[in-house]
Amino acid sequence: MSHGNMNLTLKVWKQKNKDAKGALETYQVKGISPDMSFLEMFDVLNEQLITEGKDPIAFDHDCREGICGMCSMFINGRPHGPVKGVTTCQLHMRSFKDGDTIVVEPWRSTAFPIVKDLAVDRSAFDRVIAAGGFVSVNTGNAKDANNILINKDDADDAFNAAACIGCGACVATCKNGSAMLFVSAKVSQLALLPQGQIEKEARVLSMVGQMDDEGFGACSVTGACEIECPKGISLENIARMNREFLGANIKSKH
Amino acid sequence: MATSPKLDAKVPKGEIDQKWSKYRSTVHLVNPANKRSLEVIIVGSGLAGASAAASLAEMGYKVKVFCFQDSPRRAHSIAAQGGINAAKNYQNDGDSVYRLFYDTIKGGDYRAREGNVHRLAEVSGNIIDQCVAQGVPFAREYGGVLSNRSFGGTQVQRTFYAAGQTGQQLLLGAYSALQRQVGMGAVKLYARHEMLDVVNIDGKCRGIIARDLITGKLERHFGHAVLIASGGYGNVFYLSTNAMGSNVTAAWKAHKKGAFFGNPCYTQIHPTCIPVSGDHQSKLTLMSESLRNDGRIWVPKKAGDTRKPSEIPEEERDYYLERRYPAFGNLVPRDVASRAAKERCDAGFGVGASKLAVYLDFSANMMRYGQIEANKQNIHNPTKEKIRELGMAVVKEKYGNLFDMYKQITGEDPYEIPMRIYPAVHYTMGGLWVDYNLMTTVPGLYALGEANFSDHGANRLGASALMQGLADGYFVIPYTIGDYLSEEIRTKAIATDHEAFVKAEAEVQERINKLMTIKGTKSVDHFHKQLGKIMWDKCGMARNAAGLKQAIEEIKKLREDFWKDVRVTGEANEFNPELEKAGRVADFLELGELMCMDALNRNESCGGHFREEYQTEEGEAKRDDDNFAYVAAWENKGNNAWELHKEELIFENIKIAARSYK
Repeated sequence: MSHGNMNLTLKVWKQKNKDAKGALETYQVKGISPDMSFLEMFDVLNEQLITEGKDPIAFDHDCREGICGMCSMFINGRPHGPVKGVTTCQLHMRSFKDGDTIVVEPWRSTAFPIVKDLAVDRSAFDRVIAAGGFVSVNTGNAKDANNILINKDDADDAFNAAACIGCGACVATCKNGSAMLFVSAKVSQLALLPQGQIEKEARVLSMVGQMDDEGFGACSVTGACEIECPKGISLENIARMNREFLGANIKSKH
Repeated sequence: MATSPKLDAKVPKGEIDQKWSKYRSTVHLVNPANKRSLEVIIVGSGLAGASAAASLAEMGYKVKVFCFQDSPRRAHSIAAQGGINAAKNYQNDGDSVYRLFYDTIKGGDYRAREGNVHRLAEVSGNIIDQCVAQGVPFAREYGGVLSNRSFGGTQVQRTFYAAGQTGQQLLLGAYSALQRQVGMGAVKLYARHEMLDVVNIDGKCRGIIARDLITGKLERHFGHAVLIASGGYGNVFYLSTNAMGSNVTAAWKAHKKGAFFGNPCYTQIHPTCIPVSGDHQSKLTLMSESLRNDGRIWVPKKAGDTRKPSEIPEEERDYYLERRYPAFGNLVPRDVASRAAKERCDAGFGVGASKLAVYLDFSANMMRYGQIEANKQNIHNPTKEKIRELGMAVVKEKYGNLFDMYKQITGEDPYEIPMRIYPAVHYTMGGLWVDYNLMTTVPGLYALGEANFSDHGANRLGASALMQGLADGYFVIPYTIGDYLSEEIRTKAIATDHEAFVKAEAEVQERINKLMTIKGTKSVDHFHKQLGKIMWDKCGMARNAAGLKQAIEEIKKLREDFWKDVRVTGEANEFNPELEKAGRVADFLELGELMCMDALNRNESCGGHFREEYQTEEGEAKRDDDNFAYVAAWENKGNNAWELHKEELIFENIKIAARSYK
């Protein structure tokens, strides 16, 4: 029940606020246990900084069980670090070795301005959802749930798309800062379900329009987003959104 | 009857199954034109807050939503795993509104209000309909209909689910409905904002003071009504399954401004969580109750057995829940399952390095599912390996994300080795006292979801938190708020330079200044961990009078130390997570004392509240209905003094009885 014996060198991005100039600062942490999560290792570092009277490192985190999508560290050049399919909070120190140097940066994208240190502003995602990521059904309008029968495979595919946690790793890893994986996951979820059919054309046009307005880059299908997505959101969603978008565009020109 | 005139529950008269429908049809309405000039503030964007915000905005009210996270989609409802209950009877297994009502009252150990609980059961079906209409991808059968699973404390299958991510999918549904209103300008969203006080004017709640967490600036917001939907206070224990930011601050400020706090000692300790692995631990992770559906819980029959689980033969395993509670087996309610695990571990039968764990084993069911799959696929005489492979695929589909999470945290593969689990703080049944309208004892101030005390009594059944959050937000508050707001149509928006706003803001500012200027030697986390340890040891799974008295003294002392010696780094006028934490821990340091007082006052055992002095010979909880069939509603008297008021619980429809799951 004690701390472990890993000693690490951390190079962490420090930036006072969105307008300030940032830089990597070097820190040493000692006595890290392989059972700690990456964020618990940061807790140890921050406790140490507070004791020394220094400014702790600001970072976003909340549920620490990989579902809220708040944690967002770019670790050694990869969003959420070296292990596939996990968020930063679920990355454990057993994935590193004693003596390692680890570089930690915030998500970098024009559309995600830095708040402080490793915390960024991802409200662009909320605005994309507000543009069309919903079914327009007011409370109280619904009929009995089993009146809508849905093929299990479609339901499963919709669920897999809906599993997106909105963390922004896809944007952070993309050389163009594209949000196509995020946007297409929501478009796909609703396009796969009968409930989403009525508004499907308006939805995709509106969400893509908002995505472009927010300053996200274009998709050049490198597939980095799919590889780095902690929830395994598939590139197929982007293909589906492109089809939906083309179809909707052709229709809207008539 | 209630000992304070403020504790009028306002449950409508009439037959239990008529109360809500009649009330809903006769409650005062606000006409559409008037709704446009009525403003509602909602604090918290989880299931209760987001669903209320979307619904009220759809109706035409002007709504403002506040959340401390960077997006409303991150509220901790997102982490709920197993499912949501509804009395649909889709399984044809005898479910009904009455049965859900009965199970909830019994599950809560007869400490909840009948009228509220029946309403909850009545609207449960509407919630599923609404969520499906929004495109929530619930699990389905091959015929296209919705699928159900079993949960604890009930013998029917009424739990709807989306793999082990039901909370996520429901919250994203409510969030999308909310964002739709944000896009239309009907809701104004204040993310990364924290409510730091409520503002009362002439005895009514009229707004809040909030801090912009990025700039540190304090803001004043007016509302004709304020809804607190800020969740529970399990983080008073430091280690819990709550998110790191989950806090009591909004509810506590409301309490200090006149809202009574109901049953603060009722805490849910969830039986199946990943055990603590070291003192670095920052939070605990739940393994969904749905796993008890397919997993069997056991410990070795021999105390201190150090063999690997696979080396312990069947006859040397003690499936203690199945042994003690044959009728419900592994699906007893959470409080019962937690205490049984603690009993085995305390008696020396625990497993793992810390000996504070029991096994949750899927191997038997994996084989059972495999056999069913083999039959389905017409595979004759399958090998054992083949059956296991087929069964593993079924288990993977049902619980894959949970198994992955377990492996990621512990480094062990639960498909090969049984999970090790132990109880952990998960949910708080207590919360702000509310009447049938969900209004607190302050007119115009409401509490929804986990933040209120109302529906779960002394123990919440699994898959009922999601149900209650969404019931409150989608189907209760849209009606009940009319009762109050219909009287407010002549109230013009009050300018925020009103003296009450100025004064409240000054008080908030003073408290922040105080925290920033202590410049002590110990971090906020240091105090939080100390508090958590006191609470867990003395006000946790088992409590006794001597321990609680001691805890109260220790908390008082710790609070004093905190205000003398806490070190908050950085500045007040910037993004400063340490300052945010400091404010929250300061509130926990007051709440903790009240929880202990409440636990000390309640000289009985019921649900999650287990007083060691009050148990049967078999170690079951012993209620005292003659003296404690009441809601303890605590009024804040300032300077950490409280007065107890009682709302008597009247059971007209369910016969109050000893709770048995045997």
